[in-house]
Amino acid sequence: MITKTKSLKVENISMIIACALFVLMFVAGSAMYDHFGSVSTFLNLFNDNAYLIVVAVGITFVLLTGGIDISVSSVVAFTCVFSAFLLQRGWPAFIVIPVVLLVGLLNGFLIGYCVQVFHIQPFIITLASQFLLRGMCAVVSTVSIPIENDFYKAAALSKLSFKVGRANAKFYLYVFLALIVVFIAYYVLKYTRFGRTVYAIGSNELSAGYMGLDVKRVKIGVYMISGFCAALGGVIFSFYTLAGYSLQNMGMELDAISSAVIGGTLLTGGVGNVWGSVIGVLIQGVIQTIVTYQNLNAWWTRVTIAALLCLFIVLQRIISIRADRQKGKG
Amino acid sequence: MALPVSGEAMGKRDILYMTDICKTFPGVKALDHVRFGLREGEIHSLLGENGAGKSTLIKVLTGVEQKDFGTIMMDGKEISPQSPIDAQNSGISTVYQEVNLCPDLSVAENVFIGREPKKGRHIDWKKVNERTREILKDFDLDINVEERLDNYPVAIQQMIAIARAVDVNAKVLILDEPTSSLSAQEVKKLFDIMRMLRDRGLGIVFVTHFLDQVYEVSDRITVLRNGTFVGTYDADKLPMLELVGKMIGKDYDSLEAIPKLTNTGKEYKELLRIEDGTTGEISGINVSIGEGEVTGFSGLLGSGRSELARLIFGADKKTKGKTFIKGKEKDIRNPLDAIKNDIAFCPEDRKKEGIVGDLTIRENITIALQSKRGLLHKISRKEADEITEKLIKDLAIKTPSADQKIKNLSGGNQQKVLLARWLATDPDLLILDEPTRGIDIGAKAEIQKIVVDLASKGMSCIFISSELEEMERCCSKMFVLNDKKIVGQLSGDEISQSAIMKQIAGEE
Amino acid sequence: MSMKKLTQKMEFKPFVVLLVIIFLCGIISGGDFFKITIVDGHFYGRLIDILRNGSRYAILAVGMTMALGTGGTDISVGSIMAISGAIACSIVDERILQALGGNVFLAVLLALLAGAVCGAWNGFMVAKLKVQPMVATMILLTAGRGIAQLIADGKIVTITNDAYYSISGGYFLGLPVPAFIALIVIVLFLILTRSTAFGMQVEAIGVNQASARLAGIKVERNLWIIYILCGITAALAGIIESAGIKGADCNNCGLMIELDGILAVAIGGTALSGGRFSIISSVIGALIVQTISTTIYAFGVAPELTRVAKAVIVIIVCLIQSKPFMDRVKSLMPKTAKVEAQEVHA
Repeated sequence: MITKTKSLKVENISMIIACALFVLMFVAGSAMYDHFGSVSTFLNLFNDNAYLIVVAVGITFVLLTGGIDISVSSVVAFTCVFSAFLLQRGWPAFIVIPVVLLVGLLNGFLIGYCVQVFHIQPFIITLASQFLLRGMCAVVSTVSIPIENDFYKAAALSKLSFKVGRANAKFYLYVFLALIVVFIAYYVLKYTRFGRTVYAIGSNELSAGYMGLDVKRVKIGVYMISGFCAALGGVIFSFYTLAGYSLQNMGMELDAISSAVIGGTLLTGGVGNVWGSVIGVLIQGVIQTIVTYQNLNAWWTRVTIAALLCLFIVLQRIISIRADRQKGKG
Repeated sequence: MALPVSGEAMGKRDILYMTDICKTFPGVKALDHVRFGLREGEIHSLLGENGAGKSTLIKVLTGVEQKDFGTIMMDGKEISPQSPIDAQNSGISTVYQEVNLCPDLSVAENVFIGREPKKGRHIDWKKVNERTREILKDFDLDINVEERLDNYPVAIQQMIAIARAVDVNAKVLILDEPTSSLSAQEVKKLFDIMRMLRDRGLGIVFVTHFLDQVYEVSDRITVLRNGTFVGTYDADKLPMLELVGKMIGKDYDSLEAIPKLTNTGKEYKELLRIEDGTTGEISGINVSIGEGEVTGFSGLLGSGRSELARLIFGADKKTKGKTFIKGKEKDIRNPLDAIKNDIAFCPEDRKKEGIVGDLTIRENITIALQSKRGLLHKISRKEADEITEKLIKDLAIKTPSADQKIKNLSGGNQQKVLLARWLATDPDLLILDEPTRGIDIGAKAEIQKIVVDLASKGMSCIFISSELEEMERCCSKMFVLNDKKIVGQLSGDEISQSAIMKQIAGEE
Repeated sequence: MSMKKLTQKMEFKPFVVLLVIIFLCGIISGGDFFKITIVDGHFYGRLIDILRNGSRYAILAVGMTMALGTGGTDISVGSIMAISGAIACSIVDERILQALGGNVFLAVLLALLAGAVCGAWNGFMVAKLKVQPMVATMILLTAGRGIAQLIADGKIVTITNDAYYSISGGYFLGLPVPAFIALIVIVLFLILTRSTAFGMQVEAIGVNQASARLAGIKVERNLWIIYILCGITAALAGIIESAGIKGADCNNCGLMIELDGILAVAIGGTALSGGRFSIISSVIGALIVQTISTTIYAFGVAPELTRVAKAVIVIIVCLIQSKPFMDRVKSLMPKTAKVEAQEVHA
């Protein structure tokens, strides 16, 4: 009796295109280069971008409410530098990690509070926060600090290795951490009132208020989630690099935002999901791998990602303009 | 005769009782010791002209605004809602004119968000969908509840909003202008649902400006005027004429004093003609506007009357059709083209599309003239002062100086500044979309008078208003629209409220 | 009366702040600050340094003011600086377009043109596609630095050309050249915004775009113009910066300068949400920012801290512009006063 006619939604179109793009690029890469088309390359996309997945998941929450957070790259950098600094002072890992996560959470809370209570535009306050934390990085240390803590080393190196055919493939344990974050985020967005409120706010904030949803708490909450995820991404990144450097990850906020956008999240809010963001990250990973294989200037990665982001934004605009027109006629 | 507000004598229990409600906004006393009582199982219309205080009273009741003084009793307990959620928890649910739901979410979610049934800790989507289907069955709606809300027309969205409002355990349901964007058939369906809910014992507050609809469903009527309580009456004991008198009050005379255009029936030379005018909103429209004539576009909200005005002015993108001005074809693609062809347009939404709030009155008045002259020919301060001073005087705009920000003026004066803006450009055709909405009666009469005066001096006007009585007085020709099409044309003595209503309803 | 009029001017407050800051800096540094010496007919001193280094910010702030005035923003200015610096230096150094023979004038012209093209791109995204300005310009923010790298082939381009150096280090009438460049830019923009209706139209767009459109303002065209102008001013700032460091460093040229631009405008009093703007106020704001930086630097404080300080100032300015925040502060004021009074009584 109930017909399930799911009309093509913006997020679906975007997702389909993103998936197709990923497969296409992976296949093209495999055709062009030896050793590219392997399980190992595929798993390395996760190994190399686990931190970005976590950050992108966090920022997706903010984007879904129609906000933006460009402080994430600085949060990642600060987390790395600060943990490296504390570990160098001999602090144990089990204290350092909660401390840096708390810093991320606090930063997110302050941003959210300024946005929600003081009505400061998200981009200006997060821009200021970006500078503040980037400056704090340099205050802590201007040179790269190596991490020699045993726990971090263990976390960095523990992996599952297995053979696929003739090639060795490996899967680092911290990737699981990233995947757990993705699953939790998926669950929260889909099955909790908090998550649904995120969508409602992005869809129509005024209505969300009239319908009795706790707009204030949720809006501050998404910035806290974004801050927390960025800090967690920073922890994973410090496993990955085993160092903290004040200028690392410059401009990474764009990678995170473009991952979400490529994966179908609308910058105006209300539409999107975390799986899209993961695919967005993977697409960027493939681009990076191809640029490396082609032995190009690393800046090509940035330029290509920006171009791709641009393409998807234009696509979103066209779809939404067309949707508006159809509504006008109906 | 005014009945006592409390209705215990009728055998039905008072569920909501508001007394002595006062609310002051900077410069305006919006509510002055107003009372209002609602029984269970009744439909109670809340009426009044624009600015009478209806919406403020509703806002106070639903917690959007807080009262300065007075008491609200709900079910025998005093309440003081601080937010819509608060009001909802006390059993007061509201459905606003513009549907307040989330377009990106599914129908079912819109019904249940914020109070979803759960399985363990997480939302039970299966149950959400099932229960929504059950609820909507009551409303005779058989739709796919998993579909996005904005894939359905506004009328259905409104039903869904009502379904949500009722299902959150409401004892009082407030419907704020629910019929303004519905077709006659949809209105009928809505009324059936209202009656059904009434019979279940719900108290319904019905806010509207369509008087005939009031009589169709209401049990009782409360009238407000200028922020004060006029009276509560049984609907079947209050003839419509008397009701109008109570709504308009003694100011009725000041409107009567405006001379009705005497030169009706006269042949007008054509000024502007639209052939096959089509935008994303309306299509295939043909109209002709005479020189020095006041032409009305009437129809319900959403009938296409505003869209037609926007088409003429180039505010909405024209996809097809031709515009002729004084017989010559002109390409009007944007507002600037229209202004250069001596067309002026006061849009419906004064705040959103009319005033430039943070700029001064002087700038707001000269802004369109400046556009007409072009970027490089800046109007000198001296000339701007002269123009502004003259228009402030001519239109009797009340302001301490031309340096005031326009957002600090009252609604009526803002509207006059907008009129001044367009008069400064010396237009041949002035389009006024709801120029009298939300302003007090005095200013309303003045604006109507200005329109008639201008027309008698040879300026053409297009006049759009929801208040038919106002249209009847000003217009010498009228196009009647319904459902995005022109359904009739009236001129001269043919114009009457009943004739317009008949044409809207599709009766010959 | 005229005094009252003067104090009500938008420029008044920032100007007083600038004077106070300069005065304070002078006191703290024990008078060194005001010392101006004349060597070879050129003025030297800290104030002259502020003028020279502040010119860049002033030029940038002028363009940024217009973008913020429409309620938009342009955070790609730093990248545009990098691009224009890379183009100018590469041409002067004859790495690209050798046919021009390293002509400085043509190099500058082409670099400015590149800025205009970048601005046009931003304009296209904002005006035509109606993408939020911050997101639209973020694309160029990231891609731009990459493009600059590709132009400079990933290297730091160092040049030896006195004519090019003089753009930043030269003197005219005893004062640094950049100050004159800034002056010309400011005068041109003042003419544009005050002698034509452009300024008023920009404000109208910033306050209420829909109303502005229905009043016959060509919103799209004006947005294009603004973002192109913003691109050109950024390119000019990039040229001055690259002339100052005698080369193009694509990684660091104009890095994070967008906040300085926004800061200058915000200190000048233009609301970051658009509307009323004043170019002169923003220029004064730029000089305030520069004075603070110069002073912090002079104290031997690590330059990293400057960034922290600027971020803090931006946040403070934002909070002051925020109505709910000020309301809250005001509601706290009398209470604390009362508490104090009670304590005295007790």
